[in-house]
Amino acid sequence: MTMTTELSETAIEDNARKPIKVRRLARNPKLLAGLIIGGAIVLFGLLGPLVCQDPRLVNDIGLTGPSAEHWLGTTQTGQDVLAQLAHGTRGSLAVGAIVGVLTLLLSAFFGVVGAYAGGWVDEMFSLFTNIMLVIPGLPLVIVISSYVPDKSIWLVSVVLAITSWAGSARVLRGYTLSLRSRDYVLASRVAGEKRWRILSVEILPNLIPLLASQVVFAVIFAILGEAGLSYLGLGASGSFTWGTMLYYAQNGLALRLGAWWWFVPPGLMLALFGAALSLINFSIDEIINPKLRNQTRAARKGWRMSREQLSKAKEATL
Amino acid sequence: MRHLLRKLGFYLVALWAALTVNFFVPRLMPGDPVEILLSKLGQHGPVTPEMRASVEALLGTNSGESLWSQYVDYLGNLARGDLGTSVVFYPASVGSIIEQTLPWTIGLIGLATIISFLAGVGLGTVAGWKRGSWLDNLIPVTTMFQSVPYFWLALILLFAFGSIWPLFPLNGGYDVYNVTPGWNGPFLGSVLYYGALPAITIVLSSVGGWMLGMRNMMVSTLSEDYMVTAEAKGLRPGRIMRRYAARNAVLPSVSGFAISLGFVVAGSIVTEAVFSYPGIGSALLQSVGGNDYALMQGIFLVITLSVLGANLLVDLLYSVIDPRTRARA
Repeated sequence: MTMTTELSETAIEDNARKPIKVRRLARNPKLLAGLIIGGAIVLFGLLGPLVCQDPRLVNDIGLTGPSAEHWLGTTQTGQDVLAQLAHGTRGSLAVGAIVGVLTLLLSAFFGVVGAYAGGWVDEMFSLFTNIMLVIPGLPLVIVISSYVPDKSIWLVSVVLAITSWAGSARVLRGYTLSLRSRDYVLASRVAGEKRWRILSVEILPNLIPLLASQVVFAVIFAILGEAGLSYLGLGASGSFTWGTMLYYAQNGLALRLGAWWWFVPPGLMLALFGAALSLINFSIDEIINPKLRNQTRAARKGWRMSREQLSKAKEATL
Repeated sequence: MRHLLRKLGFYLVALWAALTVNFFVPRLMPGDPVEILLSKLGQHGPVTPEMRASVEALLGTNSGESLWSQYVDYLGNLARGDLGTSVVFYPASVGSIIEQTLPWTIGLIGLATIISFLAGVGLGTVAGWKRGSWLDNLIPVTTMFQSVPYFWLALILLFAFGSIWPLFPLNGGYDVYNVTPGWNGPFLGSVLYYGALPAITIVLSSVGGWMLGMRNMMVSTLSEDYMVTAEAKGLRPGRIMRRYAARNAVLPSVSGFAISLGFVVAGSIVTEAVFSYPGIGSALLQSVGGNDYALMQGIFLVITLSVLGANLLVDLLYSVIDPRTRARA
């Protein structure tokens, strides 16, 4: 018993030296790792295209491995893979950002407003949401994009957003319904607050973690979806994304010729970015649902106790 | 009974919405798909007036007919099961192409999804029950597989086990040279052998999601009062885990399963593209490549229909396993 109190005292002292925010982040390694990886990739997408070579520049040194001149080697036509990767990162992130914003707007409108308004508005909105949910997205995207020969990155993103917002709208609706009947909302209604004020000041702030995790999901889904579309040869024309890089690598037989420097980087970037966003989402989940986090191994580490010490402490308190 | 009618009504509305989307998409798009399609059909042989009429009903026409009468024609053609003639597989009808390819997709993707769901829910149950165990710590690894783009994972596995260590065939649905399709042993064996690698990639990339969802629900369920009651009654841990915790925790996964069926059919397109599997996804891609709008529309319809059907089935099943949904309706 004495030992454990001593231990926790040192832990408290140790923690008190750091500022609160850093301490919280350090205690949540998932969030920290996710933010660092995701941030690095975003920085690469923002700054990379400014400093690297022209991604379209054709050279007569086709399919060479990494060298001092070309850090990630060259493609079949001698284009610099690193430059393509930088531009591809920017393209893929742009798709993710556009779809994220559109999904946020659409799902918040159909999920939150519908559930708050109630009555026939809610009925119509949720019917519409459910219909959008059961209409298969990717085939619809393929059908639509096959009718349009020249697609911009905007068109692809809008189509992806239209086919993917419904899931988050349903989640948001469920949560808004439970918020709507909470005591403090009823109290503010009795106090005579206006409806838009209740919605934006009382309800919306409580939805922010959920909205954030839905947006993160939408961004992952959009980037993977765009990569899949581009891989099938149906992506935005004349643009660079991770998906189009993989498409050209596949068509250039990079896999058969063993040109790993061509097809591994874009796939790895996709995987890393997806993993970073999932890590962020995990920690948002743990913020929303505290049941998920107590007593995990990370938490025990936070208390600076081993399993034996923890069980001893439990026995002592019992 | 009212609940059942409500459900059926919803799916009828959803079906109508899908048909209407299918009707309007080609008409709203720039360009004239009818002329493209008819000129392509003309390359293969004479275009009969009946063929022209069915293509126009499907894709829209400039002959000055009102949109409403086109719509009625379109619904009438669908009701008769007339989906037009395929260009890519000329002179086969769209219906017969779908008939040939659909069983492959349902067999491969359907089975792989069911395996993945069962494995994920099973592992997630154990992981949530023994929180902090090695299985629980495995979850971030399996979700890593999920954030890897599916086609990339599939390509790398195909490269590794098809080219470097040739354990599995590189493409196709069965051994076209040595076996004859039909209900015979060698053919079925060959189908299993050719389907193994695609199925493994599907399970690998999707099992993490089921596992995580189930694990999180288990953790939430474990803190319910009835769990304490069950333990106080002195029940065996295995019984508590399965009958008390897992049974309640699995409900969201079941409804997730219904939603995922939509993504399954969608995912089949990429799977079949990577493995050149003779399913409906490959047919859709071929139709896109050859501007075969009739086949494309037909396949989109079939995919929508199967998703709606699967959702309806799971919805009905859900109201059996969770009586609360019936009471609310």
